[in-house]
Amino acid sequence: MSTNGSNNGERREIKMKKIPRAISCSKAIAEAVRLCKPAVVAAYPITPQTLIVEELAKMHAERILDCEFVNAESEHSALSICIGAQATGSRTFTATSSQGLALMHEMLFIASGLRLPIVMVVANRALSAPINIWCDHSDTMASRDSGWLQFYCESVQEAHDTVIQAYKIAESVLLPAMVCIDGFTLSHVTENAELIKNLKNFLPPYKPCCKLDPSRPITIGAIVPPEFYFEFKMQQQKAMLLAQKTIKKINLEFKKRFYRSYGDGLIETFNLEKAKKAIIALGSQCSTIKYVINLKKNTEFGLIRLKCFRPFPGKELVAACENIEEVYVIDRAISFGNGAPLYTEVKATLPEKIKVKSYLIGIGGQDVSPEIIKKLIK
Amino acid sequence: MIQIIIHGRGGQGAVKAAQLLALAASLEGKYAQAFPQFGVERSGAPVEAYCRISDEFILLRSHIYSADYAIVLDPSLLNVKNIIAKKLLVNTKKHLKDSFTFDATSIAMKIFGRPVVNTIMLAAFSFFTKTISKKSLLEACKETFSGIVLKKNLLAVEEAYKKIK
Repeated sequence: MSTNGSNNGERREIKMKKIPRAISCSKAIAEAVRLCKPAVVAAYPITPQTLIVEELAKMHAERILDCEFVNAESEHSALSICIGAQATGSRTFTATSSQGLALMHEMLFIASGLRLPIVMVVANRALSAPINIWCDHSDTMASRDSGWLQFYCESVQEAHDTVIQAYKIAESVLLPAMVCIDGFTLSHVTENAELIKNLKNFLPPYKPCCKLDPSRPITIGAIVPPEFYFEFKMQQQKAMLLAQKTIKKINLEFKKRFYRSYGDGLIETFNLEKAKKAIIALGSQCSTIKYVINLKKNTEFGLIRLKCFRPFPGKELVAACENIEEVYVIDRAISFGNGAPLYTEVKATLPEKIKVKSYLIGIGGQDVSPEIIKKLIK
Repeated sequence: MIQIIIHGRGGQGAVKAAQLLALAASLEGKYAQAFPQFGVERSGAPVEAYCRISDEFILLRSHIYSADYAIVLDPSLLNVKNIIAKKLLVNTKKHLKDSFTFDATSIAMKIFGRPVVNTIMLAAFSFFTKTISKKSLLEACKETFSGIVLKKNLLAVEEAYKKIK
């Protein structure tokens, strides 16, 4: 597990050749997508996702991204196009935010139920009404039960790396994956990040065991009676649990090949060795939390960042909290009528002796400032 | 760590200026982070963009609350908002007490025909503060722009340097 200060992945084994140049998050993501060679990219523009799709459209126009590029008439259609294409055995990509993800909701379950390993970047943004274009996690939290893997990134480097990992993970366990990046606070950031140049021997071409093919007709997603439906759903659940092992394995494989890793792939801990209290959080705000922890000498606070929210890394979380007496869970989403999603799941996972407190921070783009974090870490 | 806020109006290139600054600093082997404070985007509306430059990886991702420098692309912003920084660099013909000033609009009107002052003000910023070198600013422009836009921006930076000296 990573305990170093950099959220740029562990770099202990090799000396850095040089500090990588600054690149925008949207460009870094688009470059990762290009390397993964999707056959179909379908999307509908929505702030703050737009820049990512613009970069891909530019690459397509410049003929350096060889794919079918579809400007869909809605997000529902964009994901439907990816589902259809993926079912014929093609690798696909889409990206969205907020209302766009909400409009895709119906199709999210079709993609996961058909076991299509589509990769989608979600630039996290608050849901309407009232309209708000800024970051919180209400969009992806509202689709946490849709059978998609969910990864939350902290830096531009991690967003770039996670897109690549997501394809490998998704295609290994046959589940679709959401790569979540905080809207604006990550999606619009330009910072130092090293781009991967080639994926040879890391991501093989997508070859599904079965696909829609007119010369060998099959039916997928047809009506099933109760006894079989349950069987299908249990298989999805099994795949989710299997994904935990796969994610760890691919995290290690990635580290071996590209000299970067993010905790054990599921969770990352920071300053936890001697900590009595831990903050648990998701996404880019974890950098600012690390910054504040670094400022305070001899603080009893550490950080546990869940890189992976689906599958929920319960075992890893319990192990990380072995010597922890109190946890402070930061949510950027509300579960109306019952607190907050991350808090509820952490509370249900940790043993009763650990006190669990819930905090709502950064809702609708409220800045997660060092001052706010300092108030938590008194 | 050096923290810089760029104040401009929609269309003046404040967001791009922050990105150019970060790219230029990274070309000098520094860590840099740039991002905009987005509001409802309209031409002419006040825009803020942030840039941090450091010798170590930058963990802080919040807005900038205490800036070392503020680069003000439009002097009229001084009347509408409270701009605070240890040192200001303002695009104006006037002399302002305790601030760096530079008339970037005249150069922009001559070269671009409209008040796009971002690269010109970065040239002035580079000259006054030495935070980034002229060489890396030009390099960052070459990486960011192409064609006639690049040509004009390179000319604008050179022109700015000539005028300051």
